[in-house]
Amino acid sequence: MEKIVCVLCPMGCKIKYRVEDGKIVSVQGNRCPRGLSYLEDELKEPKRIVPTSVKVVNGELPLVSVKTNRPIPKRLIPKFMQLIKQVQAEAPVKVGDVILKNVLDTGVDVIATRTVKRVNSA
Amino acid sequence: MKTDVLVIGAGAAGMAAAIAAAKKNLKVVIAERDEITGGILNQCIHNGFGLHYFREELTGPEYAERFREQLNRYADAIEVLTDCHVLRLNRDKTALLVSLKGVFELETKAVIYAAGARERPFGSLMIPGDRPSGIFTAGVAQRLMNIDNRKVGRRALIVGSGDIGMIMARRLTLEGIEVVGVVERLPYPGGLLRNVIQCLRDFNIPLYLSSTVVEVKGSERLEEVIVASVDEQFRPIPGTEKSFKVDTLVLSVGLIPQVEMLNSLVALDKRTRGIACSNTGQSSNEWIFAAGNCTAIFDLVDYVTREGERAGEYASRYVNGDRFSLGIPIVPGENVMLTFPNFYSGVDDLTLYLRCRKPMERALLKVGGFEKSFEDLTPSEMIVVKIPERKLANLDMVEVRLEEV
Ligand SMILES: Cc1cc2nc3c(=O)[nH]c(=O)nc-3n(C[C@H](O)[C@H](O)[C@H](O)COP(=O)(O)OP(=O)(O)OC[C@H]3O[C@@H](n4cnc5c(N)ncnc54)[C@H](O)[C@@H]3O)c2cc1C
Ligand code: SF4
Repeated sequence: MEKIVCVLCPMGCKIKYRVEDGKIVSVQGNRCPRGLSYLEDELKEPKRIVPTSVKVVNGELPLVSVKTNRPIPKRLIPKFMQLIKQVQAEAPVKVGDVILKNVLDTGVDVIATRTVKRVNSA
Repeated sequence: MKTDVLVIGAGAAGMAAAIAAAKKNLKVVIAERDEITGGILNQCIHNGFGLHYFREELTGPEYAERFREQLNRYADAIEVLTDCHVLRLNRDKTALLVSLKGVFELETKAVIYAAGARERPFGSLMIPGDRPSGIFTAGVAQRLMNIDNRKVGRRALIVGSGDIGMIMARRLTLEGIEVVGVVERLPYPGGLLRNVIQCLRDFNIPLYLSSTVVEVKGSERLEEVIVASVDEQFRPIPGTEKSFKVDTLVLSVGLIPQVEMLNSLVALDKRTRGIACSNTGQSSNEWIFAAGNCTAIFDLVDYVTREGERAGEYASRYVNGDRFSLGIPIVPGENVMLTFPNFYSGVDDLTLYLRCRKPMERALLKVGGFEKSFEDLTPSEMIVVKIPERKLANLDMVEVRLEEV
């Protein structure tokens, strides 16, 4: 049996599985069904949620933290980081605001994970 | 100024405690020296928070924001003082605080101390060599990058493979800083396996186990770090030295509970080095309760929140006239490095947190009349079990043991 660790949540289930003819024939150790889809992705196209931050204009902080609302393919992460560096958000920003839609055509959005108020320009 | 409950520190533990006390209709003051509430959560922009408590995975700032909203909802009962440092706590239940408005005194009926932890500094490692700039603790580097938008360097080496060290390795890499490796003196990684995968392996960052930094060099800015393998006693092995040309060294070598303010008021636990507490959150001084990383270093914020709530609840009962004893001692036995809490007062079931001493493939946990088996234990992953009150009846101490099977 092969072994991988599910990284979808801090439970970090150790999943044991066997592949025959390119098909997963047995799986054990995942504490929830998401572990199975993680395993499938991991064998085909590994994906990760990417937490990072983007610049804010007129905000009380220089940065707003963001994340991809769903995992994106791992191989796109360097490209994603290049793109995200060009992005600026305009304050105010609220938790959950979409900062970037359908990033790199993945169908995944980048959302704010922090509230940044606007500085009083008055 | 007067209040029923004074909460010191508005991190995850303090916020949960304040809300729990407000739910019992008490008047609460929560003092936070930072300009916002949330504590360490504000700078932990990675995901991995809240899975137990909210059943979804949040980033640190999102987790903090949920509790901040609740603090607002109880604004009638809770006075939130930010930019407000508690300077001293006195035996007569008064506290001395300083805020932008100046110094003032507060009289309270109970205190919930939730001051978190501080990072072990570079000096404590006693590494020989120069003292150039470019050496940061992980928390400081994290704050500079995630909140202040400052780049810390170009090429970095990380010391310590705990979760914080590994998360910083990924963070630096994503920000375009080349991370040449993570150095760990233990023979196994200090943090969760998921972080070994998603923070190191995903980015091909080498992990040097059983290794340590033996020298740092640089006149103004850091230029070179020498790493060597260590033997079982963590002594560097001559001839194994490797040189890394880096301008940045990030240290993630552990957190220490912040206890200084209470030094002469309460007892500490020698294993956790934090405030010794009962399962009610009560310390050895009956009006002082404590929760969160100032009591023991917790892996997950979810646990910290629960302990904060517990301390808030019992502190409220105390203010309302309930009295409970500290209870019987909880003693780490075979293969157990530390436990939290440190005393068991028979008022409820016991939620017990513990760390094992070494990695174990299979182990049987024995606590009073309670047994449970575990697989794949490592010291870096805290074990949490709920032990029913009846399994702990008629004991004069609770020994916690992990038998190898
Ligand atoms: C870098 C890092 C990464 C982590 N990653 C994860 C993760 O992925 N998942 C997870 O679940 N958990 C994670 N944790 C653990 C979790 O975040 C912490 O255990 C938890 O947030 C600690 O909360 P706390 O309230 O005990 O302490 P803190 O958040 O440190 O709060 C203590 C507060 O008290 C204030 N304070 C201290 N002294 C005074 C005083 N005298 N007067 C006024 N205020 C004072 C401080 O300013 C601070 O705001 C991580 C921790 C760290 C450090
Ligand atoms: S299998 Fe489910 S419970 Fe286990 S780590 Fe993955 S997501 Fe978490």
